[in-house]
Amino acid sequence: MDIFVDSAGPLLSAIGTTVLMAVVAGVGALVLGTLIAAARISPIPVLRGAAFAYVQFFVNVPLLALLILAVFALPDAGIIMPLAPTAVLVLALYEAAYVAEAVRSGVNTVGNGQIEASRALGFTLGQTLRLVVIPQSLRAAVQPLGNVMIALTMNTALAAAVGVVELTSAANKLNLVEAQPILIFAAAGLVYMALALVIGLGAGRIERKVAILR
Amino acid sequence: MSREPISPESGTGMVVMTDVQKHFGDHHVLKDISLSIAAREVVVVVGPSGSGKSTLCRCINRLETITSGSILVDGTALPTEGKALATLRSEVGMVFQSFNLFAHRSILDNVTLAPIQVRKESKKVAEAHALELLDRVGIADKADSFPAQLSGGQQQRAAIARALAMRPKVMLFDEPTSALDPEMVTEVLDVMISLAAEGMTMVVVTHEMGFARRAADRVVFMDDGRIVEQNTPAEFFDHPESERAKAFLSKILTH
Ligand SMILES: Nc1ncnc2c1ncn2[C@@H]1O[C@H](COP(=O)(O)OP(=O)(O)OP(=O)(O)O)[C@@H](O)[C@H]1O
Ligand SMILES: [Mg+2]
Repeated sequence: MDIFVDSAGPLLSAIGTTVLMAVVAGVGALVLGTLIAAARISPIPVLRGAAFAYVQFFVNVPLLALLILAVFALPDAGIIMPLAPTAVLVLALYEAAYVAEAVRSGVNTVGNGQIEASRALGFTLGQTLRLVVIPQSLRAAVQPLGNVMIALTMNTALAAAVGVVELTSAANKLNLVEAQPILIFAAAGLVYMALALVIGLGAGRIERKVAILR
Repeated sequence: MSREPISPESGTGMVVMTDVQKHFGDHHVLKDISLSIAAREVVVVVGPSGSGKSTLCRCINRLETITSGSILVDGTALPTEGKALATLRSEVGMVFQSFNLFAHRSILDNVTLAPIQVRKESKKVAEAHALELLDRVGIADKADSFPAQLSGGQQQRAAIARALAMRPKVMLFDEPTSALDPEMVTEVLDVMISLAAEGMTMVVVTHEMGFARRAADRVVFMDDGRIVEQNTPAEFFDHPESERAKAFLSKILTH
Protein backbone atom coordinates (compact mmCIF):
# COMPACT_ATOMS: atom_id res chain seq x y z
CA MET A 1 0.00 0.00 0.00
CA ASP A 2 2.98 2.26 0.52
CA ILE A 3 3.36 2.78 -3.17
CA PHE A 4 -0.03 4.57 -3.28
CA VAL A 5 0.71 6.68 -0.21
CA ASP A 6 4.06 7.77 -1.58
CA SER A 7 2.60 8.98 -4.86
CA ALA A 8 -0.78 10.07 -3.48
CA GLY A 9 -0.35 13.59 -4.81
CA PRO A 10 0.10 12.75 -8.49
CA LEU A 11 -2.49 9.96 -8.30
CA LEU A 12 -5.15 12.18 -6.78
CA SER A 13 -4.47 14.88 -9.30
CA ALA A 14 -4.73 12.27 -12.08
CA ILE A 15 -8.08 11.10 -10.73
CA GLY A 16 -9.10 14.75 -10.64
CA THR A 17 -8.14 15.08 -14.29
CA THR A 18 -10.19 12.01 -15.21
CA VAL A 19 -13.24 13.32 -13.36
CA LEU A 20 -12.88 16.80 -14.79
CA MET A 21 -12.54 15.46 -18.32
CA ALA A 22 -15.59 13.25 -17.85
CA VAL A 23 -17.69 16.09 -16.44
CA VAL A 24 -16.76 18.70 -19.06
CA ALA A 25 -16.99 16.28 -21.99
CA GLY A 26 -20.21 14.85 -20.52
CA VAL A 27 -21.92 18.24 -20.32
CA GLY A 28 -20.71 19.14 -23.79
CA ALA A 29 -21.90 15.82 -25.22
CA LEU A 30 -25.32 16.20 -23.58
CA VAL A 31 -25.86 19.69 -24.98
CA LEU A 32 -24.52 18.96 -28.44
CA GLY A 33 -26.19 15.54 -28.62
CA THR A 34 -29.58 16.99 -27.74
CA LEU A 35 -29.21 19.60 -30.49
CA ILE A 36 -28.22 16.89 -32.96
CA ALA A 37 -31.23 14.79 -31.94
CA ALA A 38 -33.45 17.83 -32.50
CA ALA A 39 -31.94 18.31 -35.96
CA ARG A 40 -32.36 14.62 -36.62
CA ILE A 41 -36.14 14.79 -36.13
CA SER A 42 -36.69 18.27 -37.58
CA PRO A 43 -38.78 18.63 -40.73
CA ILE A 44 -35.87 20.34 -42.51
CA PRO A 45 -34.21 17.76 -44.79
CA VAL A 46 -30.78 19.46 -44.75
CA LEU A 47 -30.65 19.44 -40.95
CA ARG A 48 -31.88 15.87 -40.81
CA GLY A 49 -29.25 14.78 -43.30
CA ALA A 50 -26.44 16.60 -41.53
CA ALA A 51 -27.42 15.12 -38.16
CA PHE A 52 -27.65 11.65 -39.67
CA ALA A 53 -24.21 12.02 -41.25
CA TYR A 54 -22.78 13.29 -37.97
CA VAL A 55 -24.05 10.32 -36.00
CA GLN A 56 -22.97 7.82 -38.66
CA PHE A 57 -19.49 9.32 -38.80
CA PHE A 58 -18.80 9.26 -35.07
CA VAL A 59 -20.41 5.89 -34.46
CA ASN A 60 -18.31 4.30 -37.18
CA VAL A 61 -14.87 5.76 -36.45
CA PRO A 62 -12.84 4.51 -33.46
CA LEU A 63 -12.37 7.09 -30.73
CA LEU A 64 -8.65 6.41 -30.54
CA ALA A 65 -8.28 7.21 -34.23
CA LEU A 66 -10.14 10.49 -33.69
CA LEU A 67 -7.96 11.39 -30.71
CA ILE A 68 -4.76 10.74 -32.61
CA LEU A 69 -6.08 12.62 -35.61
CA ALA A 70 -7.00 15.64 -33.49
CA VAL A 71 -3.75 15.70 -31.55
CA PHE A 72 -1.65 15.61 -34.69
CA ALA A 73 -3.87 17.24 -37.29
CA LEU A 74 -5.14 20.26 -35.37
CA PRO A 75 -1.66 21.76 -34.75
CA ASP A 76 -0.92 21.13 -38.43
CA ALA A 77 -3.99 23.18 -39.28
CA GLY A 78 -2.64 25.94 -37.06
CA ILE A 79 -4.96 25.28 -34.11
CA ILE A 80 -2.79 24.98 -31.04
CA MET A 81 -4.65 23.63 -28.03
CA PRO A 82 -3.27 21.97 -24.90
CA LEU A 83 -3.63 18.18 -24.89
CA ALA A 84 -6.30 17.74 -22.28
CA PRO A 85 -8.77 20.22 -23.79
CA THR A 86 -8.20 18.64 -27.20
CA ALA A 87 -9.04 15.22 -25.76
CA VAL A 88 -12.11 16.63 -24.00
CA LEU A 89 -13.31 18.25 -27.22
CA VAL A 90 -12.93 15.02 -29.18
CA LEU A 91 -14.65 13.03 -26.43
CA ALA A 92 -17.56 15.47 -26.36
CA LEU A 93 -17.95 15.43 -30.15
CA TYR A 94 -17.72 11.63 -30.20
CA GLU A 95 -20.11 10.89 -27.34
CA ALA A 96 -22.57 13.50 -28.63
CA ALA A 97 -23.42 11.02 -31.38
CA TYR A 98 -24.39 8.42 -28.78
CA VAL A 99 -26.27 11.00 -26.75
CA ALA A 100 -28.19 11.94 -29.91
CA GLU A 101 -29.15 8.31 -30.46
CA ALA A 102 -30.26 7.89 -26.84
CA VAL A 103 -32.32 11.08 -26.99
CA ARG A 104 -33.82 10.07 -30.31
CA SER A 105 -34.94 6.75 -28.89
CA GLY A 106 -36.50 8.76 -26.06
CA VAL A 107 -38.25 10.98 -28.60
CA ASN A 108 -39.81 7.93 -30.16
CA THR A 109 -41.58 7.28 -26.89
CA VAL A 110 -43.44 10.62 -27.21
CA GLY A 111 -46.65 9.92 -29.03
CA ASN A 112 -47.23 11.51 -32.38
CA GLY A 113 -50.59 12.59 -31.01
CA GLN A 114 -49.00 14.94 -28.49
CA ILE A 115 -46.96 16.53 -31.24
CA GLU A 116 -50.09 17.05 -33.33
CA ALA A 117 -51.88 18.48 -30.32
CA SER A 118 -49.14 21.02 -29.78
CA ARG A 119 -49.15 21.97 -33.46
CA ALA A 120 -52.90 22.35 -33.30
CA LEU A 121 -52.53 24.65 -30.28
CA GLY A 122 -50.32 26.96 -32.31
CA PHE A 123 -46.91 26.00 -30.98
CA THR A 124 -44.05 26.65 -33.35
CA LEU A 125 -41.72 23.77 -34.08
CA GLY A 126 -39.24 25.16 -31.55
CA GLN A 127 -41.91 25.38 -28.85
CA THR A 128 -43.15 21.88 -29.63
CA LEU A 129 -39.65 20.53 -29.22
CA ARG A 130 -38.80 22.59 -26.15
CA LEU A 131 -42.05 22.20 -24.24
CA VAL A 132 -43.36 18.81 -25.25
CA VAL A 133 -40.89 16.56 -27.01
CA ILE A 134 -37.54 17.18 -25.37
CA PRO A 135 -38.63 17.14 -21.72
CA GLN A 136 -40.39 13.81 -22.17
CA SER A 137 -37.62 12.37 -24.32
CA LEU A 138 -34.96 13.28 -21.79
CA ARG A 139 -36.94 11.50 -19.11
CA ALA A 140 -37.24 8.36 -21.16
CA ALA A 141 -33.58 8.69 -22.07
CA VAL A 142 -32.19 9.03 -18.53
CA GLN A 143 -31.03 5.40 -18.22
CA PRO A 144 -29.56 5.13 -21.75
CA LEU A 145 -27.87 8.50 -21.19
CA GLY A 146 -26.44 7.21 -17.91
CA ASN A 147 -24.91 4.36 -19.87
CA VAL A 148 -23.44 6.76 -22.41
CA MET A 149 -21.94 8.81 -19.58
CA ILE A 150 -20.39 5.68 -18.07
CA ALA A 151 -18.90 4.76 -21.44
CA LEU A 152 -17.61 8.32 -21.77
CA THR A 153 -15.90 8.10 -18.38
CA MET A 154 -14.23 4.83 -19.36
CA ASN A 155 -13.23 6.36 -22.68
CA THR A 156 -11.31 9.14 -20.93
CA ALA A 157 -8.64 6.44 -20.45
CA LEU A 158 -7.90 6.60 -24.17
CA ALA A 159 -6.59 10.11 -23.62
CA ALA A 160 -3.57 8.42 -22.00
CA ALA A 161 -2.59 7.23 -25.47
CA VAL A 162 -2.15 10.79 -26.67
CA GLY A 163 -0.27 11.90 -23.59
CA VAL A 164 -2.86 13.32 -21.22
CA VAL A 165 -1.90 12.54 -17.65
CA GLU A 166 -5.13 11.10 -16.31
CA LEU A 167 -5.77 8.05 -14.17
CA THR A 168 -4.68 5.33 -16.57
CA SER A 169 -1.58 7.20 -17.63
CA ALA A 170 -0.65 7.93 -14.00
CA ALA A 171 -1.13 4.28 -13.11
CA ASN A 172 1.06 3.33 -16.03
CA LYS A 173 3.78 5.71 -14.92
CA LEU A 174 3.65 4.41 -11.39
CA ASN A 175 3.94 0.87 -12.66
CA LEU A 176 7.08 1.74 -14.62
CA VAL A 177 8.69 2.70 -11.35
CA GLU A 178 7.19 0.11 -9.00
CA ALA A 179 6.63 -2.84 -11.35
CA GLN A 180 3.50 -4.02 -9.55
CA PRO A 181 1.05 -4.14 -12.47
CA ILE A 182 -1.64 -6.30 -10.84
CA LEU A 183 -1.93 -4.18 -7.73
CA ILE A 184 -1.69 -0.84 -9.52
CA PHE A 185 -4.08 -1.53 -12.39
CA ALA A 186 -6.54 -3.30 -10.11
CA ALA A 187 -6.61 -0.19 -7.96
CA ALA A 188 -7.12 2.00 -11.03
CA GLY A 189 -9.88 -0.35 -12.15
CA LEU A 190 -11.58 0.05 -8.77
CA VAL A 191 -11.55 3.81 -9.17
CA TYR A 192 -13.21 3.51 -12.61
CA MET A 193 -15.78 1.13 -11.14
CA ALA A 194 -16.52 3.59 -8.36
CA LEU A 195 -17.03 6.38 -10.92
CA ALA A 196 -19.34 4.17 -12.99
CA LEU A 197 -21.29 3.27 -9.87
CA VAL A 198 -21.75 6.92 -8.95
CA ILE A 199 -23.05 7.73 -12.44
CA GLY A 200 -25.33 4.70 -12.49
CA LEU A 201 -26.81 5.49 -9.09
CA GLY A 202 -27.21 9.13 -10.06
CA ALA A 203 -29.09 8.17 -13.22
CA GLY A 204 -31.32 5.85 -11.22
CA ARG A 205 -32.15 8.64 -8.77
CA ILE A 206 -32.88 11.13 -11.53
CA GLU A 207 -35.06 8.59 -13.28
CA ARG A 208 -37.13 7.96 -10.19
CA LYS A 209 -37.55 11.70 -9.67
CA VAL A 210 -38.61 12.61 -13.20
CA ALA A 211 -40.43 9.41 -14.15
CA ILE A 212 -43.70 10.23 -15.85
CA LEU A 213 -46.76 8.67 -14.36
CA ARG A 214 -48.23 6.42 -16.99
CA MET B 1 -82.28 23.37 -29.51
CA SER B 2 -83.38 24.47 -32.88
CA ARG B 3 -81.91 27.24 -34.86
CA GLU B 4 -82.61 28.41 -38.36
CA PRO B 5 -80.73 26.14 -40.72
CA ILE B 6 -77.93 28.13 -42.19
CA SER B 7 -77.58 28.03 -45.92
CA PRO B 8 -74.32 26.43 -47.02
CA GLU B 9 -74.21 28.86 -49.92
CA SER B 10 -74.08 31.99 -47.76
CA GLY B 11 -70.91 33.70 -48.86
CA THR B 12 -69.52 34.66 -45.49
CA GLY B 13 -68.78 31.93 -43.05
CA MET B 14 -66.47 31.17 -40.19
CA VAL B 15 -64.96 28.39 -42.24
CA VAL B 16 -65.24 28.52 -46.03
CA MET B 17 -63.80 25.68 -48.07
CA THR B 18 -63.91 26.13 -51.83
CA ASP B 19 -63.11 23.41 -54.34
CA VAL B 20 -60.70 21.69 -51.99
CA GLN B 21 -58.75 18.73 -53.33
CA LYS B 22 -56.43 16.62 -51.23
CA HIS B 23 -54.16 13.84 -52.35
CA PHE B 24 -51.98 11.47 -50.37
CA GLY B 25 -49.59 10.53 -53.15
CA ASP B 26 -51.80 9.10 -55.88
CA HIS B 27 -54.69 8.65 -53.51
CA HIS B 28 -57.38 11.31 -54.06
CA VAL B 29 -58.82 11.70 -50.57
CA LEU B 30 -60.86 14.92 -50.69
CA LYS B 31 -62.71 15.61 -53.94
CA ASP B 32 -64.27 18.98 -54.84
CA ILE B 33 -65.07 19.86 -51.25
CA SER B 34 -66.98 23.13 -50.96
CA LEU B 35 -68.39 23.79 -47.56
CA SER B 36 -69.26 26.97 -45.75
CA ILE B 37 -69.78 26.89 -42.03
CA ALA B 38 -71.42 29.92 -40.49
CA ALA B 39 -70.44 31.43 -37.18
CA ARG B 40 -72.25 29.65 -34.33
CA GLU B 41 -73.13 26.77 -36.60
CA VAL B 42 -72.66 23.17 -35.49
CA VAL B 43 -71.88 20.78 -38.34
CA VAL B 44 -71.70 17.06 -37.78
CA VAL B 45 -69.70 15.09 -40.35
CA VAL B 46 -70.61 11.45 -40.85
CA GLY B 47 -69.61 8.81 -43.34
CA PRO B 48 -68.02 5.41 -43.69
CA SER B 49 -64.49 4.69 -42.57
CA GLY B 50 -61.92 6.11 -44.97
CA SER B 51 -64.35 8.60 -46.52
CA GLY B 52 -62.11 11.52 -45.58
CA LYS B 53 -63.80 12.93 -42.47
CA SER B 54 -60.63 13.22 -40.42
CA THR B 55 -58.71 14.61 -43.35
CA LEU B 56 -61.38 17.28 -43.88
CA CYS B 57 -61.08 18.29 -40.23
CA ARG B 58 -57.31 18.29 -40.29
CA CYS B 59 -57.18 20.46 -43.40
CA ILE B 60 -59.13 23.20 -41.63
CA ASN B 61 -56.21 23.89 -39.27
CA ARG B 62 -53.66 22.77 -41.82
CA LEU B 63 -52.42 19.73 -39.96
CA GLU B 64 -52.72 18.44 -43.50
CA THR B 65 -51.93 20.63 -46.49
CA ILE B 66 -54.39 20.67 -49.35
CA THR B 67 -53.49 20.03 -52.97
CA SER B 68 -55.65 22.81 -54.38
CA GLY B 69 -58.63 24.98 -53.58
CA SER B 70 -58.92 27.42 -50.73
CA ILE B 71 -59.86 27.42 -47.08
CA LEU B 72 -60.74 30.63 -45.25
CA VAL B 73 -61.10 30.81 -41.50
CA ASP B 74 -62.97 33.91 -40.36
CA GLY B 75 -62.22 35.50 -43.72
CA THR B 76 -58.50 34.82 -43.66
CA ALA B 77 -56.83 32.37 -46.01
CA LEU B 78 -54.81 29.70 -44.26
CA PRO B 79 -51.21 30.89 -44.07
CA THR B 80 -48.66 28.50 -45.51
CA GLU B 81 -46.15 28.26 -42.71
CA GLY B 82 -44.46 29.92 -39.82
CA LYS B 83 -45.78 32.34 -37.26
CA ALA B 84 -48.96 33.25 -39.13
CA LEU B 85 -49.96 29.61 -39.41
CA ALA B 86 -49.28 29.05 -35.72
CA THR B 87 -51.48 32.05 -34.96
CA LEU B 88 -54.28 30.70 -37.11
CA ARG B 89 -54.01 27.29 -35.50
CA SER B 90 -54.26 28.89 -32.11
CA GLU B 91 -57.67 30.23 -33.14
CA VAL B 92 -58.95 26.83 -34.22
CA GLY B 93 -59.37 24.41 -31.35
CA MET B 94 -58.98 20.72 -32.01
CA VAL B 95 -60.03 17.72 -29.98
CA PHE B 96 -58.66 14.31 -30.93
CA GLN B 97 -59.98 10.81 -30.56
CA SER B 98 -57.02 9.87 -28.38
CA PHE B 99 -57.05 13.03 -26.17
CA ASN B 100 -53.32 13.66 -26.70
CA LEU B 101 -52.76 15.41 -23.40
CA PHE B 102 -49.15 16.25 -22.54
CA ALA B 103 -48.18 13.29 -20.37
CA HIS B 104 -45.47 15.10 -18.41
CA ARG B 105 -47.60 18.03 -17.32
CA SER B 106 -50.39 18.38 -14.80
CA ILE B 107 -53.91 18.94 -16.09
CA LEU B 108 -53.67 22.60 -15.10
CA ASP B 109 -50.38 22.95 -16.99
CA ASN B 110 -51.90 21.21 -19.99
CA VAL B 111 -54.57 23.90 -20.10
CA THR B 112 -52.32 26.90 -19.40
CA LEU B 113 -49.31 25.97 -21.53
CA ALA B 114 -50.57 27.28 -24.85
CA PRO B 115 -52.21 30.45 -23.49
CA ILE B 116 -48.93 31.34 -21.77
CA GLN B 117 -46.60 30.32 -24.59
CA VAL B 118 -48.65 31.22 -27.65
CA ARG B 119 -51.07 33.91 -26.50
CA LYS B 120 -48.51 35.35 -24.08
CA GLU B 121 -51.03 35.50 -21.26
CA SER B 122 -49.65 35.99 -17.77
CA LYS B 123 -49.51 32.85 -15.66
CA LYS B 124 -52.05 34.32 -13.29
CA VAL B 125 -54.62 35.13 -15.98
CA ALA B 126 -54.07 31.79 -17.70
CA GLU B 127 -54.51 29.82 -14.48
CA ALA B 128 -57.65 31.65 -13.47
CA HIS B 129 -59.14 31.00 -16.91
CA ALA B 130 -57.99 27.37 -16.84
CA LEU B 131 -59.58 26.71 -13.47
CA GLU B 132 -62.80 28.26 -14.73
CA LEU B 133 -62.74 25.96 -17.77
CA LEU B 134 -61.86 22.87 -15.74
CA ASP B 135 -64.75 23.69 -13.47
CA ARG B 136 -67.01 24.06 -16.44
CA VAL B 137 -66.09 20.61 -17.80
CA GLY B 138 -66.45 19.21 -14.29
CA ILE B 139 -62.88 18.28 -13.38
CA ALA B 140 -61.69 21.25 -11.32
CA ASP B 141 -60.59 18.79 -8.63
CA LYS B 142 -58.18 17.16 -11.10
CA ALA B 143 -56.16 20.30 -11.80
CA ASP B 144 -53.05 18.95 -10.10
CA SER B 145 -53.35 15.39 -11.38
CA PHE B 146 -51.44 14.01 -14.32
CA PRO B 147 -53.21 12.80 -17.46
CA ALA B 148 -52.53 9.12 -16.72
CA GLN B 149 -54.36 9.45 -13.41
CA LEU B 150 -57.61 10.43 -15.13
CA SER B 151 -60.25 8.27 -16.74
CA GLY B 152 -60.71 8.53 -20.50
CA GLY B 153 -63.77 10.71 -20.14
CA GLN B 154 -61.95 13.03 -17.76
CA GLN B 155 -58.95 13.21 -20.08
CA GLN B 156 -61.15 14.12 -23.00
CA ARG B 157 -62.88 16.84 -20.99
CA ALA B 158 -59.44 18.15 -20.01
CA ALA B 159 -58.50 18.15 -23.69
CA ILE B 160 -61.63 20.17 -24.48
CA ALA B 161 -60.71 22.65 -21.73
CA ARG B 162 -57.20 22.86 -23.17
CA ALA B 163 -58.57 23.75 -26.59
CA LEU B 164 -61.07 26.25 -25.16
CA ALA B 165 -58.32 28.00 -23.20
CA MET B 166 -57.11 29.48 -26.48
CA ARG B 167 -60.49 31.20 -26.89
CA PRO B 168 -60.88 29.62 -30.34
CA LYS B 169 -63.24 30.84 -33.02
CA VAL B 170 -63.95 27.31 -34.21
CA MET B 171 -63.69 23.94 -32.52
CA LEU B 172 -62.91 20.78 -34.47
CA PHE B 173 -63.76 17.41 -32.92
CA ASP B 174 -62.49 14.24 -34.60
CA GLU B 175 -64.41 11.30 -33.11
CA PRO B 176 -64.04 12.66 -29.58
CA THR B 177 -65.92 9.78 -27.95
CA SER B 178 -64.79 6.84 -30.08
CA ALA B 179 -61.98 5.83 -27.72
CA LEU B 180 -64.16 6.02 -24.62
CA ASP B 181 -65.89 3.34 -22.62
CA PRO B 182 -69.64 3.65 -23.16
CA GLU B 183 -70.33 4.95 -19.68
CA MET B 184 -68.02 7.91 -20.29
CA VAL B 185 -69.43 8.99 -23.61
CA THR B 186 -72.28 11.00 -22.13
CA GLU B 187 -70.11 13.15 -19.88
CA VAL B 188 -68.11 14.28 -22.90
CA LEU B 189 -71.14 14.77 -25.14
CA ASP B 190 -72.82 16.84 -22.42
CA VAL B 191 -69.88 19.25 -22.45
CA MET B 192 -70.08 19.47 -26.23
CA ILE B 193 -73.83 20.04 -26.18
CA SER B 194 -73.43 22.92 -23.73
CA LEU B 195 -70.69 24.39 -25.90
CA ALA B 196 -72.99 24.22 -28.91
CA ALA B 197 -75.77 25.85 -26.93
CA GLU B 198 -73.46 28.71 -26.06
CA GLY B 199 -72.89 29.40 -29.72
CA MET B 200 -69.48 27.89 -30.41
CA THR B 201 -68.85 27.19 -34.08
CA MET B 202 -68.20 23.47 -34.24
CA VAL B 203 -67.23 20.81 -36.74
CA VAL B 204 -67.79 17.39 -35.21
CA VAL B 205 -66.90 14.05 -36.75
CA THR B 206 -68.91 11.53 -34.79
CA HIS B 207 -71.04 8.44 -34.99
CA GLU B 208 -73.15 9.63 -32.07
CA MET B 209 -76.46 10.20 -33.78
CA GLY B 210 -78.06 11.32 -30.52
CA PHE B 211 -75.59 14.17 -30.34
CA ALA B 212 -76.20 15.06 -33.98
CA ARG B 213 -79.96 15.19 -33.47
CA ARG B 214 -79.69 17.28 -30.33
CA ALA B 215 -76.93 19.71 -31.14
CA ALA B 216 -76.26 19.86 -34.86
CA ASP B 217 -77.62 22.43 -37.26
CA ARG B 218 -76.50 20.40 -40.21
CA VAL B 219 -75.28 16.93 -40.99
CA VAL B 220 -72.74 16.52 -43.77
CA PHE B 221 -72.51 13.03 -45.21
CA MET B 222 -69.23 12.07 -46.88
CA ASP B 223 -68.40 9.07 -48.96
CA ASP B 224 -65.26 8.34 -50.91
CA GLY B 225 -63.84 11.85 -50.41
CA ARG B 226 -66.97 13.70 -51.52
CA ILE B 227 -69.75 15.49 -49.73
CA VAL B 228 -72.64 13.41 -50.99
CA GLU B 229 -75.50 14.93 -49.06
CA GLN B 230 -76.15 17.54 -46.39
CA ASN B 231 -79.26 18.41 -44.49
CA THR B 232 -80.72 19.14 -41.09
CA PRO B 233 -80.28 16.21 -38.71
CA ALA B 234 -83.97 15.35 -38.71
CA GLU B 235 -84.21 15.36 -42.49
CA PHE B 236 -80.96 13.50 -42.96
CA PHE B 237 -81.67 10.70 -40.50
CA ASP B 238 -85.34 10.27 -41.32
CA HIS B 239 -85.29 10.91 -45.06
CA PRO B 240 -81.84 10.36 -46.49
CA GLU B 241 -81.84 11.10 -50.22
CA SER B 242 -78.86 9.28 -51.67
CA GLU B 243 -78.54 5.51 -51.86
CA ARG B 244 -75.15 5.69 -50.20
CA ALA B 245 -76.51 7.60 -47.23
CA LYS B 246 -79.35 5.12 -46.90
CA ALA B 247 -76.90 2.21 -46.95
CA PHE B 248 -74.65 3.94 -44.42
CA LEU B 249 -77.50 4.75 -42.05
CA SER B 250 -78.95 1.27 -42.19
CA LYS B 251 -75.54 -0.08 -41.22
CA ILE B 252 -74.94 2.18 -38.25
CA LEU B 253 -78.51 2.02 -36.99
CA THR B 254 -78.57 -1.74 -36.87
CA HIS B 255 -75.83 -1.93 -34.25
N1 LIG C 1 -51.21 10.35 -43.66
C1 LIG C 1 -51.82 9.62 -44.62
N2 LIG C 1 -51.11 9.10 -45.63
C2 LIG C 1 -51.71 8.39 -46.61
N3 LIG C 1 -53.02 8.16 -46.69
C3 LIG C 1 -53.79 8.64 -45.70
C4 LIG C 1 -53.23 9.40 -44.61
N4 LIG C 1 -54.24 9.75 -43.77
C5 LIG C 1 -55.36 9.24 -44.32
N5 LIG C 1 -55.12 8.58 -45.47
C6 LIG C 1 -56.11 7.94 -46.33
O1 LIG C 1 -57.07 8.89 -46.68
C7 LIG C 1 -58.35 8.33 -46.67
C8 LIG C 1 -59.26 9.13 -45.78
O2 LIG C 1 -58.80 8.99 -44.46
P1 LIG C 1 -59.53 9.65 -43.22
O3 LIG C 1 -58.72 9.33 -42.02
O4 LIG C 1 -59.77 11.10 -43.50
O5 LIG C 1 -60.91 8.88 -43.19
P2 LIG C 1 -62.04 8.92 -42.09
O6 LIG C 1 -63.30 9.24 -42.80
O7 LIG C 1 -61.65 9.81 -40.99
O8 LIG C 1 -62.07 7.42 -41.61
P3 LIG C 1 -62.35 6.83 -40.14
O9 LIG C 1 -63.82 6.85 -39.95
O10 LIG C 1 -61.80 5.45 -40.23
O11 LIG C 1 -61.60 7.68 -39.16
C9 LIG C 1 -58.21 6.90 -46.26
O12 LIG C 1 -58.24 6.08 -47.40
C10 LIG C 1 -56.85 6.86 -45.60
O13 LIG C 1 -56.26 5.60 -45.81
MG1 LIG D 1 -61.09 9.50 -38.96
